[in-house]
Amino acid sequence: MAKEAQQQVSYTVEELVAVNPYNPDILADLENYVNEQVSSQKYSLDANLCLLRLYQCEPERMSPPIVARILIKALMAMPAQDFSLCLFLIPEQVQSEEQFKTLIVLSHYLETARFRLFWDEVAKNRSLLESVPGFQQAIEAYAVHVLSLIYQKVPRAVLAEAINKEGLALDQFLEYHVANSGWAIEKSQGRSQLIVLPPNEFNHPELKKNASDSVSYEHVTRIFPVLS
Amino acid sequence: MAAYDADSSAGGDLAYDPNFVPDSVKTFVVHLYRQIRDKNVYEIHQMYEGSFNRLTDRMFRESPWPTAEAVAPYVDGDHVFCLLYREMWFRHVYARLTPTPKQRVESWDNYCSLFGVVLHGVVNMQLPNQWLWDMVDEFVYQFQSYCQYRAKLKNKTEEELQLLRNFDQAWNVYGVLNYLQALVEKSNIIQILEREKEGLEQFTVDNGYDYQGGSNVLKMLGYYSMIGLLRVHCLLGDYRTGLKYMAPIDLSQQGVYTNVIGSHISTIYHYGFANLMLRRYGDAIREFNKMLLYILKYKQYHQKSPQYDQILKKNEQMYALLAVCLSLCPQQKLVDENVSTQLKEKYNDKMTKMQRYDDEASTVYDELFSYGCPKFITPSAPVLDEPLTNYNQEAYRLQLKMFLFEVKQQQLLAGIRSFLKIYSTITVTKLAQFMDVDEATLRTILMTYKHKMHSTDNDGKIVSNADIDFYVDDDTVHVVEAKPTKRFGDYFLRQILKFEEMISELEKVQLD
Repeated sequence: MAKEAQQQVSYTVEELVAVNPYNPDILADLENYVNEQVSSQKYSLDANLCLLRLYQCEPERMSPPIVARILIKALMAMPAQDFSLCLFLIPEQVQSEEQFKTLIVLSHYLETARFRLFWDEVAKNRSLLESVPGFQQAIEAYAVHVLSLIYQKVPRAVLAEAINKEGLALDQFLEYHVANSGWAIEKSQGRSQLIVLPPNEFNHPELKKNASDSVSYEHVTRIFPVLS
Repeated sequence: MAAYDADSSAGGDLAYDPNFVPDSVKTFVVHLYRQIRDKNVYEIHQMYEGSFNRLTDRMFRESPWPTAEAVAPYVDGDHVFCLLYREMWFRHVYARLTPTPKQRVESWDNYCSLFGVVLHGVVNMQLPNQWLWDMVDEFVYQFQSYCQYRAKLKNKTEEELQLLRNFDQAWNVYGVLNYLQALVEKSNIIQILEREKEGLEQFTVDNGYDYQGGSNVLKMLGYYSMIGLLRVHCLLGDYRTGLKYMAPIDLSQQGVYTNVIGSHISTIYHYGFANLMLRRYGDAIREFNKMLLYILKYKQYHQKSPQYDQILKKNEQMYALLAVCLSLCPQQKLVDENVSTQLKEKYNDKMTKMQRYDDEASTVYDELFSYGCPKFITPSAPVLDEPLTNYNQEAYRLQLKMFLFEVKQQQLLAGIRSFLKIYSTITVTKLAQFMDVDEATLRTILMTYKHKMHSTDNDGKIVSNADIDFYVDDDTVHVVEAKPTKRFGDYFLRQILKFEEMISELEKVQLD
């Protein structure tokens, strides 16, 4: 029953954001929606941007814990640029508060692929990040994504550092992806394992569809009168 | 045609008689009123752009036009005409004089009344698109100007502060955004554009005008408000939402937005800037290139227009932004030759510096970004207690800071690009040696390059912006150069339509 009521609220919030976003009365609804996103592992960038805009217009109503949660959710959305999009709307004095400085540093490490530094910093800030379920998995997915952009075959050590797993945990991770994501494991000369990532247009350029030469349907309809 | 006596000061701050209506103004308003009633759009346009500016140059260079109350008797006291006249009146004050705080507030009231009338759907006029664009453009501009004005609290008089306290609803951000959004919704413009794709509407073909005796005012204000919303969101730093408002308009085609040069430039400038901040450098470069080429070709035709200065200013700003985009994401093949020549003339040295990615580069990025960016605003109302400070630069400083941070993150990429240009294959170890870093750092740099050169588009798809790409096979880097894509499909479509046109023209020719 409670879950149904929750579902109703989020439906209304998305509608509000679409239809009447410039309205300070919906601020409380949007804040509740952020908490709901955190607890049920959903995500809505548009609703969060709407809330940040309202905070921009009425800075005295801004709630730092809510903003922190929005930023953490945005980090989890990488490689999408949501984190910067949110920061564009947060005033400098707010950004210089401790917890936000930490989050900005974390974002910086992820943007520049400094995974080891990133996981070290995460370890120092467990309380902040553990309040948002799904954080670990989301970052692992981002790390795998970046590796798939580059590597046809990635050395085990590189993968280990990126997703912060070693030994048994890493083996289990690999097993899972071999079974479900089309990964394969090879042995490279003398050294340890090589993980073969599934081919995509980024690590196998020959797969790149020349998509920009395809013509959209709308444009083709323009010559229908001629063809008839 | 009396000259205004500089000594005759009425009690107010303007040394002119607001109620004196010279004969030429009488003729002007009577004529304009009649044309509007008769819906002669062409005549209205001539008077609006031509006569109004000529009279301004002749008689109102340094003083306002007569007030709406003074001219009302000559136009049957028509309420809507007076609202339109007043809008032009305030626009003139902003353009040629400096508005007083009271005038700023009065202008807001006028817009509320004017838009109120339009939104109630009782307007039956046809006005030139130029005028309707100018209204929306000016509305956003005055909002921007007011935010800047009220954020400079330091030297305000007690009287000015009192005015801010009493009229705290004037130009409030919610009001501005809600009016723009209301115009978009009430005009149904999004649905009209959708239906047009299925051939059920003639909107673009008719350039927004209504040839069935109706009115184009609400429709066109709605259309231009989409661009207005893009602009306001850019000023607030919310680029993603701004771009969402432009989704109904297909920017790869000509459209109603290209028919008034002011709206064309404003659209592309803000669209390009938003894409730059979203790291979609490819899209930004493409659009800036198209716009700059257009201005290059056609600016001579606008030399006499009152907007010529604005056109030139935006032109220069877009060159600066284009230089920035190309330094972050070299893609020479996307830029037309003529534009490229102009760009080199203006910014060759600076672009070389920016691509070096050292501290000096940072200064140049700062300079060009600051020149090219819009005047950002802080939307919140000022806090009117002591100490009074100026905070009108805060919004700009934040956006600049974020931008330079992004530039700094890309600092290492220039080095790697030059190596990728030379080698087709190279081991990770060797490349690390050349770049004077350890292997682990090099792998980090490679990943950063890939991540930064790919952006996420509106549907969440990953798109590459890079001209030089690579992949890694265990410990070897293989370089791939992106091939320029020839758009055969598009080319053929255009030629087919062109030939069809030619053939139908020829068929019309009758040989005697």
